[in-house]
Amino acid sequence: MLPDWFSKWNRENPTDVERPAIIVGAVGVAVIAVVALMFWGQPFATDSLQSGPRGSGMERVEFKSDLARPDPTIEAFLSSTSTPVPPQGGDETAGAARENVPPGLENLTVENYDRLLAAMRDWTGIPDLFDDADSYQTAVGHVMISMTRNINENWDGHVSANKEVGVTCYTCHRGQEVPSDVWFKATPVNKASQGWSSVQNRVTPLSSFTSLPSDALEAYLLDSETIGVHDLESRVAGIPGKDDFPGIQHAERTFALMNYVANSLGVNCTFCHNTRAFYDGSQVTPQWGTESLGIQMVQELNNDYLVPLAGLLPPERLGPVHGDAPKAACKTCHKGYQQPLQGTNVIGDWPELATSDAPDYGN
Amino acid sequence: MAEYQNIFTQVQVQGPPELGMDNENNMAAERFIKPFYSKLVGWIGNAQIGPIYLGWTGMVSAATFILCMNIIGINMLAQVNWSIPEFLRQGFWLALEPPSPEYGLKIPPLQDGGWYIIASFLLLVSVCTWWLRTYLLAEQHKMGKHVAWAFASAIWLFLVLGLFRPILMGSWSEAVPYGIFPHLDWTTAFSIRYGNLYYNPFHCLSIVFLYGSVLLFAMHGATILAVTRFGGDRELEQIVDRGTASERAALFWRWTMGFNATMEGIHRWAWWFAVLTPITGGIGILLTGTVVDNWFIWAQEHNFAPMYDGAYGYENYGSYEAFIGREE
Repeated sequence: MLPDWFSKWNRENPTDVERPAIIVGAVGVAVIAVVALMFWGQPFATDSLQSGPRGSGMERVEFKSDLARPDPTIEAFLSSTSTPVPPQGGDETAGAARENVPPGLENLTVENYDRLLAAMRDWTGIPDLFDDADSYQTAVGHVMISMTRNINENWDGHVSANKEVGVTCYTCHRGQEVPSDVWFKATPVNKASQGWSSVQNRVTPLSSFTSLPSDALEAYLLDSETIGVHDLESRVAGIPGKDDFPGIQHAERTFALMNYVANSLGVNCTFCHNTRAFYDGSQVTPQWGTESLGIQMVQELNNDYLVPLAGLLPPERLGPVHGDAPKAACKTCHKGYQQPLQGTNVIGDWPELATSDAPDYGN
Repeated sequence: MAEYQNIFTQVQVQGPPELGMDNENNMAAERFIKPFYSKLVGWIGNAQIGPIYLGWTGMVSAATFILCMNIIGINMLAQVNWSIPEFLRQGFWLALEPPSPEYGLKIPPLQDGGWYIIASFLLLVSVCTWWLRTYLLAEQHKMGKHVAWAFASAIWLFLVLGLFRPILMGSWSEAVPYGIFPHLDWTTAFSIRYGNLYYNPFHCLSIVFLYGSVLLFAMHGATILAVTRFGGDRELEQIVDRGTASERAALFWRWTMGFNATMEGIHRWAWWFAVLTPITGGIGILLTGTVVDNWFIWAQEHNFAPMYDGAYGYENYGSYEAFIGREE
């Protein structure tokens, strides 16, 4: 194919082309990479937030590109909120002027009630919310209003731990009739075994897709079992797993809960703990205290407000395995962010939801 | 590319299969598989496959191992309702778990650890007969028993995890599950439950020997490959009749770090580092939960878990609002 003179010349002038090609190629790529980095900077730049003593690896690392992108649902909330109308005295009350007013909202002024009703319909994605007194959504809605008020009033140590943030319907619902990231009981995960082996080693959302136990939320956020597994002395008597001494299985279940919490908040162990001594109260971060309050809050919400909904909800809203009511946990509000809606103050405009007493309009 | 800079064996010899000797123990009678050559296998080892000696120890070991693996596999299959696709999809998540804690050392129901106990017993028989096999074969070959004792150190750790420690703890539930991810979960949970295993000094020693083994293996492998061109790969000859390969290797290390092992001694280094890894590790596991329940507190009591001086300085760490760029 090639002309004879060409092949002949090649035969007579053997030249190593591979070595210079490799060297030139490697140097060329390096030069281009260096120039590109100098011009455009690190393409995957990160930033970190320290959470503990230096050298302990206690920090949260995020891509700057992710940090620059705010939670898109903040925008939607801000467009749904409106400033309260301070009553001037002698205003008509919602109880007198409107029908089907949920209990506890009768004494609002008409302007504020209409404002709140419009917002609640927007937040929950139910356009005719509270129109039909016989609808199950109305009955559930009444429970949800008192739950929201309870959270803002009695759990402000969690929901307003650092500054006024609070919760509204939107914190969980985000415009959907059923909030995302609610959970149902899913154990046993198999019928072929009993005991601990029947609640773990299965890919489930409840185990954050690990092989850890899938009953962690049930045990700790519903049945309020003790989460800690450590002995507080270097030597204790007793058989692990018996006599209130936690076993390795309890440690796995605690790990499942912690994994869920971390994924729900978009953080890691070191957000709350110094991992060299998980249990040690003198080495945890301030967030550990906020989180502990959150766990107690979720236990109360599930037991006092959400589990009883099973009697009100239609079958299609109940759990696929046990027919239980949908329950809440960290991710139901947090949705992967350290603070829901990245700490946007959602309660400031809604004194009606902040307390079960008369709302404080600042006048 | 120079020939010695290759991960594959460069020299393959193929001829009439090497059948090995027969001796007064009638060894050849218990060898089977007609020998054959594989070029592919030759790249990473000897190209000749077979014959293999089985003997009664091999028979018992293979049979109990197959039974054990079948019990584990069939239990996993039952857990996914006998669905092969689910078995493949969730394979790494599935496990045969030890009994729940309430059964202690009693025999549990089959569905809650009973199968685990049976599988574990079969595995115990399998591993121990395989150990006997390594011992007896070495004896028949009139070899030292170094392989058997090295294997025994691994069996020590295996027995601590699955037999000695559960008995001392009074519960089979302390044993390790048979599953890919589940045994990793167990490892993490074991460390966390007992207050951070990194503060267990025997765990520290085990890591030293483990990483040390890796380092020694890399140094030795590299040294021998580097002097292969001088005949250094004929290690046994070099031990008794030191040649330029040994001289160069020894000088290289002595001039590099002031000390060198010998052609024989390096193998003793490697053997002891490897053997001490599971021996020290096994001691550490055996002490955990039996003698020490919280290694971090134990380390504080023995003054080697440092405390931080002064305040943590949370107020200086920067705020979440600043981090996400949403400062008011």
